[in-house]
Amino acid sequence: MSVPRKKLSGGQRAVLAAPYLWIVVFFLAPMALIAKISLSHPAETRPPYEPTFSIDDGLAGVLAKARTLGFDAYRALADDRLYLDSYLTSLLIAGVSTAIMLMIAYPFALTMARAPRRLRSLLIGLAVAPFWTSFLIRVYAWIALLKDEGLINHALMALHIIDAPLSIYATNGAVVIGIVYSYLPFMLLPLYSALERQDPALREAAADLGASPLQVFWRVTLPLSRPGVIAGCLLVFIPAVGEFVIPDLLGGSETLMIGRTLWNDFFANRDWPAASAAAIILLALLIGPLLVAERARLRAEEEPS
Amino acid sequence: MPLLSVEHASKRFGAVVALDDVSLTVDSGEFFALLGPSGCGKTTLMRLVAGFETPDSGRVTLAGQDLAGAPPHRRPVNMMFQSYALFPHLNVFDNIAFGLRRQGASRVAIQSRVAELLDIVQMQNLGARRIEQLSGGQRQRVALARALAPGPSLLLLDEPLAALDRKLREEMQFQLKDIQRRLKTSFVIVTHDQDEALALADRIAVMRAGKIEQIGSPPEIYERPASRFVAGFVGATNMIEGFVARDDGGWFVAPFGRLKRADCALRDGARAALSLRPEQIVVARDGEGVPGVVEDIAFRGETTQLRIGVAARQALRVSCTNGNRFSLGEPVRLMIAPDAGVLFAEAE
Repeated sequence: MSVPRKKLSGGQRAVLAAPYLWIVVFFLAPMALIAKISLSHPAETRPPYEPTFSIDDGLAGVLAKARTLGFDAYRALADDRLYLDSYLTSLLIAGVSTAIMLMIAYPFALTMARAPRRLRSLLIGLAVAPFWTSFLIRVYAWIALLKDEGLINHALMALHIIDAPLSIYATNGAVVIGIVYSYLPFMLLPLYSALERQDPALREAAADLGASPLQVFWRVTLPLSRPGVIAGCLLVFIPAVGEFVIPDLLGGSETLMIGRTLWNDFFANRDWPAASAAAIILLALLIGPLLVAERARLRAEEEPS
Repeated sequence: MPLLSVEHASKRFGAVVALDDVSLTVDSGEFFALLGPSGCGKTTLMRLVAGFETPDSGRVTLAGQDLAGAPPHRRPVNMMFQSYALFPHLNVFDNIAFGLRRQGASRVAIQSRVAELLDIVQMQNLGARRIEQLSGGQRQRVALARALAPGPSLLLLDEPLAALDRKLREEMQFQLKDIQRRLKTSFVIVTHDQDEALALADRIAVMRAGKIEQIGSPPEIYERPASRFVAGFVGATNMIEGFVARDDGGWFVAPFGRLKRADCALRDGARAALSLRPEQIVVARDGEGVPGVVEDIAFRGETTQLRIGVAARQALRVSCTNGNRFSLGEPVRLMIAPDAGVLFAEAE
């Protein structure tokens, strides 16, 4: 494999460098900072951890301080049930929400993709319309809907479907509802774009070869939409795991999501190293499987057959 | 009983009439071509048979059974799509096995049937290839194998060779004809390419604007076209406009002279058009005949195409096997036999 590389001009290099620069400045640098804090010790200082490096330290000073860095925060996390529970609850809530979103969004996206062409842009517009109002306000609105004396319970009781109000608000269920509602368009759009691209002749060919409409769906439509399913699931699952606002507003005191636990450690306990370590572990938890999956996909593609 | 029978089928899409009272039959084991320019309704007719469209009126029967209401997946008819429509997520083997699996064939039966088809289309050992790794010609053959796999009594082929380059297309024509003859399956091919239809089909239906203009064998269509449109669409021709004179036998009066006609049923003075194939005109250096001048010479290998300027600023295309004896600007004589060509009555 010796593909001769074309020499890039200075301008081309600059254009290519821009996104990398962006990632370094706004993503990698903050991540490095958090990684460093996760290796520090909590202290009654400002900022509340030690050591802090400064230019005045000199090389010897920096080295001496660097020696005090350690994995104490990680060890503490491993011993703390609270964190383990938070991670598990977060993964569970995000997983359940993702599954529900997939089941809601798929038929939705399929209908949009099969709608007459002139209707499609209108349907997409409607799907993303909620984004035009504040996310926070929409989540607050759900409080009004879900509360014991909220609109949903009122309506159900007025219709004599239930006798006593359902306690949905301040439960994990309410958090799932909030996440499903807020993130649905992120699931919908990749699914739609994957389904819309499918050549209708493929479905006709499958039907022609004896596949019933249901078999056409299972054998052709669904497998071909796999990239959209994967993209949609990642797009909602990853931010849902770290979600803070929705569990804070809709969850109960027992809703232990990692975002909330982190927030408590940062702002209530002022234990920045522990919170940073938790954030790093979260990142590893999310990115690890992703990298493995991507490698497997690349290997499958390269495989000569 | 014919295998396929289409009776008085009509179909409109909004204001567009795609099929207008079309009837035809296809026999068992026959290679049938639907030939016509784009938009003539040939694809609609094919999709009607496959079950992707329903006729507004008329009916389609297969082996005597009315297909009305039968969805595509319940019809013993398979189709090879113009775009091939191969499943990109499946390899060659699984593409071909798709229809067999829907029939509930056993694993062993599928293995041997797919191997048999790979053999027929000369793609042995390529079963594990992914579709994107195949060349255009290979994709075409997988599409054919996939459509043949369930053993349809009738195979529909929508422009099966259109995406191939010229050389491959000619090679595939022979293979297609060979496979059809061996399997004795009825093939109905849709094409806009008259050479393809003439070379492949036992019978051809020439379509125009939703109607069938003529159904016949390739020599019938070529030598005795039923209309001016068919004469012009199938094969090259010289369409000469003039009128009929009936003094002392039948004559066709062309702008460049009077031509004796052996068969002329038209009345005296009727407007008419004479379709003369380039090879029906004989060129000579001298003798009787229409005088003309060689305006252009195109060497085509086994034949040479000449453009001969005749009177009234008209030119005739002439095809002959010894055309390179002539030179540009040379005066020649054109001999047109009284039974050459076909005379069509023109609307007054």
